[in-house]
Amino acid sequence: MADLDAFRAETRAWLEANCPPEMRKPIEDEEDVYWGGRNARFKNDAQKAWFEACRDKGYTVPAWPKEYGGAGLSPAEAKVLREEMARINARPPLNSFGIWMLGPALLKFGTEGQKQRFLNEIARGEIRWCQGYSEPGSGSDLVSLQTFGEDKGDHWTVNGQKIWTSYADKADWIFCLVRTDKANKYQGITFMLFDMASKGVTTKPILLISGNSPFCETFFDDVDVPKSYGEDIPAQVGEVNRGWDVAKYLLGHEREMISATGGGDRATSLGAVASRNGALDPVLRAELALFDVDALAFTAMSEKFLDEVKVGRGHPAQPNMMKYAGTELNKTRHELLMAAGGSAALEWDSEESAGGKSARNWLRTKANSIEGGTSEVMLGVIAKRILELPGA
Amino acid sequence: MPLYHDDDQAMLAETASQFMAEEGAIAKQLRHWRDLQNKDGTKGCKDGFGHDLWKQMAEMGFTGLLVPEDDGGLGMGNVEAGIVLEEIGRNLTPSPFLTSSVMGATALAHGSDDLKGRWLPGLISGDSVFAVAIDEGPKHRPERVATRAEKSGNGFRLTGRKDFVVHGASADMIVVSARTSGADDDEDGVTLFAVPRDAAGLGHNSVRLVDSSMASHVTLDGVELDGDAVIGEVDGGRSVLNRVLDAGRVGAAAEGVGVARGSMDMTVDYLKQRKQFGKLIGEFQALQHRAAHLYSEVEIARAVTIKAQQLLDAGAENASLMASVAKAKVGKAAGLAVKEGVQMHGGIGMTDEYDIGLYMKRDRALAEFLGDVYYHADRVARLSGY
Repeated sequence: MADLDAFRAETRAWLEANCPPEMRKPIEDEEDVYWGGRNARFKNDAQKAWFEACRDKGYTVPAWPKEYGGAGLSPAEAKVLREEMARINARPPLNSFGIWMLGPALLKFGTEGQKQRFLNEIARGEIRWCQGYSEPGSGSDLVSLQTFGEDKGDHWTVNGQKIWTSYADKADWIFCLVRTDKANKYQGITFMLFDMASKGVTTKPILLISGNSPFCETFFDDVDVPKSYGEDIPAQVGEVNRGWDVAKYLLGHEREMISATGGGDRATSLGAVASRNGALDPVLRAELALFDVDALAFTAMSEKFLDEVKVGRGHPAQPNMMKYAGTELNKTRHELLMAAGGSAALEWDSEESAGGKSARNWLRTKANSIEGGTSEVMLGVIAKRILELPGA
Repeated sequence: MPLYHDDDQAMLAETASQFMAEEGAIAKQLRHWRDLQNKDGTKGCKDGFGHDLWKQMAEMGFTGLLVPEDDGGLGMGNVEAGIVLEEIGRNLTPSPFLTSSVMGATALAHGSDDLKGRWLPGLISGDSVFAVAIDEGPKHRPERVATRAEKSGNGFRLTGRKDFVVHGASADMIVVSARTSGADDDEDGVTLFAVPRDAAGLGHNSVRLVDSSMASHVTLDGVELDGDAVIGEVDGGRSVLNRVLDAGRVGAAAEGVGVARGSMDMTVDYLKQRKQFGKLIGEFQALQHRAAHLYSEVEIARAVTIKAQQLLDAGAENASLMASVAKAKVGKAAGLAVKEGVQMHGGIGMTDEYDIGLYMKRDRALAEFLGDVYYHADRVARLSGY
């Protein structure tokens, strides 16, 4: 405990010295957070200074080992750092799918050579990654994916199409599920890593109902993927044809992450926020009150869930419940915000509405219960694995 | 403090679970007392619970669980009381634990040494039962206190009427909120009294409720009490009343979690046994998804109940807010659990012979006790500034 207190004091002082005031303001849009990569640009000097200070300290990925670019913090120390950053509203210094998704997969399944190269690149924000999972015909039923990599000896030739590839148009590399054995459904998929600049890769942004385009369609047309990037750096994570194990692990990890943040802006009462513009209609007030009950209760659930994860308690399928409940709650939150906002919340691009922020955020939340496993898939998993209902 | 039970609490949970499943089982307690044939041809026990079980609970140490060790109890907190209450809920065990060991004990903790000396030993030994008289009317409105307590000699004279006094006619002592000054809706001017069973002018109209528990419409017709019957400060009873309410609400939430889990487990088991159309009905996705949604709601309700218990024990600033959140959330989740329970059981769920309907009845009574979903959602809104 004394050590942790010392660490907290030290961390607080370090943040005070290194986190610029501009980096302590709420995140308004995507560009407010640095995503890294070969073509990355800093929005301003403060963002650059904050990123570089964290990178040099290992704080872009504080819990990763030092040899892979992290700070080697223990879970308790990492929690202190999170708390201290939250205390001053510090923005994350670097966002990336490399940190959230590929990194954890490499830490668990990667070779030493892969870890040395790719984890360090991620930690230093040098390579921006995207994820190639879903296909037009393979959404909830992901394992039916058809993108095929033909074995050509020292390389694969990949053909097919991915969809919902987040920021594919901005990414440098992709971690991609590719079928390498057509005869074997589950054990015929390989988790491949390759450069988006490879010949035959094209991307096309998808315009969403929110008016934004965070996702792309990604096409592979005779893309040659070398099987190795150097000594002990194979192009695939895990064994060839065993990529489904890696994908499943990552899906679980993703649900855990979504569930940990699922409640959205949970510190404030939604009813208190909504009533700032004047008196609420009584029935809306009642809906808001019932929502606040659900939201505060879910905050306790999140705390309990994380406490139990820390000590290995709780049902292994519990992240599915958290993902389900958290995303449904967030959709309701934005429905109520729209109702409370009235016609002002309908404005699509006015300055007063900050470019239609309310309406666009509302529409964006509709994907919460689709991406990373739909609510219906989550309910099916709960029924099968937790309630042990038959034939699910 | 992590949001799960520590080793000692897990041990208590195991003990309570075993005890209540054996001694407090539905057939042995709830149905037994409900179906008791009286000599006069009527049916049902006048208390609605068994005094033998209450004595057994005393032997287990449960009755004095919240009483400080210096006063002869176990000195435990609301988390531990909640553990016992969850098992009471799961088995629908009729007992005066919530009104006596939680609410009565919480009130007496603010009483004089004389009051403690008079009432606590009987509670701890399982010889005494307490009730709490707060409601005045069919809905829970503790902010309004119309019952009057006027100065009379060295003491007070109480006049008024109280409703939904659970176990009122069985109680050796009733904690009564009354107004010693001010208008009905004033925050100040409320005083709590420990009214003994034999007080002159104390009347009961005892009624059986839907869940077979007994509650009284209590009349206070010029009940004369000594000054030493006052719990806490004269005119300053509101803060004690609020503590009694918080403890009672969090306790009722814990019991509700037990009702919800008992009902859900019974229903999920049924889905795995009942066949229609040549299939187990648990294979149907329409039922699977509803059962999974129910699981999610009950898990969340349980988490916030434990959170509220911990906050109450820690004396945290937001404990009262979270007590309301817990009571409301459990009201929603347990209500869903019993409704889905009866529906998913189909026709058999409508029969008296099958236990699932008993869960629905108990949930209905618990939902009203100390404020329903709507009362507490409104309170959450008020405490949040809207």
